[in-house]
Amino acid sequence: MSTMGGLSQMKLAVNFLTIGLVILSLPCGSYTEIPPKPPGSVTVLPPVKPAGGPQAFPDAENSNLPVFTMDYARIQVPFEVTLWVLLASFAKIGFHVYHKITFWVPESCLLISIGLIVGAIMHSVHEEPPAVLSYNVFFLFMLPPIVLESGYFMPTRPFFENVGTVLWFAVVGTLWNSIGIGMSLYAVCQIEAFEVQDINLQENMLFAAIISAVDPVAVLSVFEDVSVNEQLYIVVFGECLFNDAVTVVLYNMFIFVADMPVVEPVDVFLGVARFFVVGLGGMGFGVIFGFVASFTTRFTSNVREIEPLFIFMYSYLAYLVAELFSISSIMAIVTCALTMKYYVEENVSQRSCTTIRHVVKMLGTISETLIFFFLGVVTITTEHEWNWGYIMFTLLLALVWRGLGVLVLTQIINPFRTIPFNFKDQFILGYGGLRGAISFALVFTLPDSIGRKKLFLTTTICMIMFTVFIQGISIRPLIEFINVRRTNRNLETINVEIHSRLIEHTIAGVEDLCGQWSHYYWKDKFLKFNNRILRKILIRDNRAESSIVALYKKLELQNAMEILDTVSGDINAGSSIVSLQYVYPLSPSSSCSLSLSLYFALSLILLLSLSLACSPSLSLSLVLSLTLSCSLFYPLLSKGLKSS
Amino acid sequence: MGALQSLSDEPEYRELAEKTGFSFEQIGILHKRFKQLSHNEDMLRRADLNTIPDLACNPIRTQIIEAFFDKRNFHQNGDGTVEEISFEEFLVVMSHFRPPALNMTEEQREKVRREKLRFLFNMHDTDNDGTITLEEYRHVVEELLSRSGALGKETAKGIADAAMLEVASISMGHMEPDEFYEGITFEHFLKILKDIEIETKMNIRFLNMDTTTLCNRDSSSIR
Repeated sequence: MSTMGGLSQMKLAVNFLTIGLVILSLPCGSYTEIPPKPPGSVTVLPPVKPAGGPQAFPDAENSNLPVFTMDYARIQVPFEVTLWVLLASFAKIGFHVYHKITFWVPESCLLISIGLIVGAIMHSVHEEPPAVLSYNVFFLFMLPPIVLESGYFMPTRPFFENVGTVLWFAVVGTLWNSIGIGMSLYAVCQIEAFEVQDINLQENMLFAAIISAVDPVAVLSVFEDVSVNEQLYIVVFGECLFNDAVTVVLYNMFIFVADMPVVEPVDVFLGVARFFVVGLGGMGFGVIFGFVASFTTRFTSNVREIEPLFIFMYSYLAYLVAELFSISSIMAIVTCALTMKYYVEENVSQRSCTTIRHVVKMLGTISETLIFFFLGVVTITTEHEWNWGYIMFTLLLALVWRGLGVLVLTQIINPFRTIPFNFKDQFILGYGGLRGAISFALVFTLPDSIGRKKLFLTTTICMIMFTVFIQGISIRPLIEFINVRRTNRNLETINVEIHSRLIEHTIAGVEDLCGQWSHYYWKDKFLKFNNRILRKILIRDNRAESSIVALYKKLELQNAMEILDTVSGDINAGSSIVSLQYVYPLSPSSSCSLSLSLYFALSLILLLSLSLACSPSLSLSLVLSLTLSCSLFYPLLSKGLKSS
Repeated sequence: MGALQSLSDEPEYRELAEKTGFSFEQIGILHKRFKQLSHNEDMLRRADLNTIPDLACNPIRTQIIEAFFDKRNFHQNGDGTVEEISFEEFLVVMSHFRPPALNMTEEQREKVRREKLRFLFNMHDTDNDGTITLEEYRHVVEELLSRSGALGKETAKGIADAAMLEVASISMGHMEPDEFYEGITFEHFLKILKDIEIETKMNIRFLNMDTTTLCNRDSSSIR
């Protein structure tokens, strides 16, 4: 296995090297622009004289047929996009070569660090980075894949069991944080020593609304590797997705109000009404599009190749339509994915199902990688305004208010929960409130009428760096230190599934017996409704199948694939399904140093091509910095690898 | 216990509260429900429970009802079944579903877990020989899947066999080809289900509000 891996790696490397060399050789010709042909025009050749002389093109000047032309301006945008994506992905590969790093430092931090380095390089040669974190690009292209991924892979059963708590923290918690931080910041602004008295109450509240929202991108990237107990995980997960409704309302409200000198009570009332429109509208749109998507997949049995397309198109459509009406697009796409998943996975073929899952994960990971990478880049390249007092107080107040909020809210909601949160859970809940790129994008697009926009930008960046680096890195050791209750999330045995069902039915039965109903009752009712009506409409082949049987079939399939795999070696279909479930062990260290050097060579080439695309001076500085870092890191890393 | 109609009968309730851990209000409400089910008599019979309409569509209702009449669940070290139960025994069976207290030590949690898993084990082990045999397991799986369409006994059998194989491989490791796995003992049962976090899953939130008024349709349908 390992030799095969090494060989294929070699082949891959050789391919890349050839491509890289080709790219490099391109500018060896003239790096000047040839005037681009207008698209779609027909080249009119001068008429060929039949009894021709020695030349076929009797041009007036001396130019011959150009054997080799280059038209960079035409492909510039897609080319740069591709190179940036590849660069960020190479960074990701690089982290996993030495996997001890990713265990202790979450990937988000590593990506931001690399972004900082690249940003520093770009800044030093006065290049502008691509505007990835601008409002439109970020909210229309970068954010939907991540949110789709989190919605699609959300564990539905724990979610619905804890939906009350999730919504409570998402809505009331975010409100508490915004209002608390806003008011306290306004009080801080009154202190003369900090020289920020020109920020009025509305602007403070606006800023507080932006930075009090817990960010799904940051939280998910940290919490995915760390295993806490199921209830805690789902509350953190759900909170960061569903607080979008509140953030949208508060943001729009305060932007609107920031221009007005006086706030009237009717505006507050309208704000509350708007919140309901935004939240419920988002969920409503999501459910509608989810049902339409499920209904469509009922008829796709003859067009299996484009089945996955419907999932992506409908969820993106839900997102865009919600953006159209300025209602919560994140909630729309999450509810769409939740609704769709159950019915669609029964209608589509096995291959489409695998494709959908894989593509959703891939898009989500790329988006997340790019977002963190560009966070690092724009940190260096934007203009900052530093103010010790304001920034320090913002950090402090954010922590304090979040802590207080979690304490108070948990006290209120614990009596309603079957499993109340103890203090350890509450600590992690409060500590896990990371801020991320959404806050940055919102601040970035504040109107320029707000005087202290640069200060807000700087503060937001500090907030993000602080939470992602310090809280993100320390949360894993803290969880182990305070011994939070963990759940083993990989329970796919038949016995567990059978007994989970058994427990559910038992509890439903005993509840009916003693007349005390809880969510199991509603769940039972919904399942009956589902079986009787919804499944008949939305699923093509309606054979009511128990989850036990589904799991059994899946495990049998896996067993069969495993047997095939070990007996005859390389079967493509088998490895594609099995590889989704299993993680292959790392290749032994003998090929590690080889892969490391290849990795460095590849990234060098990639960076060179990227920089040549931008400017020659950039390329020079990049070459210098890379050779320096290679020469420094290589002996260190190879020593480290040999010892591990 | 005579006709206990109000909470003012403190000594009986106190004794029950100590034994089962319910609060006085919860005991009062459950007592009202007991009376509703048993038509104001002192003892509850199987026939009374069979008439609850919501329970009728539960796939494992026979096992659930049997559990209430199973002496092993009365915490008195008896075994076998009885024909009718009193309120005290009803409450003791109900106490298996109480959620664990907020701050418990690891041993208390383990004890709660064992108790709840013991309840499930007793539901499987109908002949009370201390092991769950293949037949008993098959029976449970068939009941569970009986509601999901015409799957037939073969699928259920296959699933039960696969499950037993899983238990055998987890608890006994590698077995010789001619070794026969007798049945799942309680210790093996604990082992395979140790990750299921039963103390958080197998709970009913007993309310302090009176919900018996919502159940009056049961008594009317019995007539």
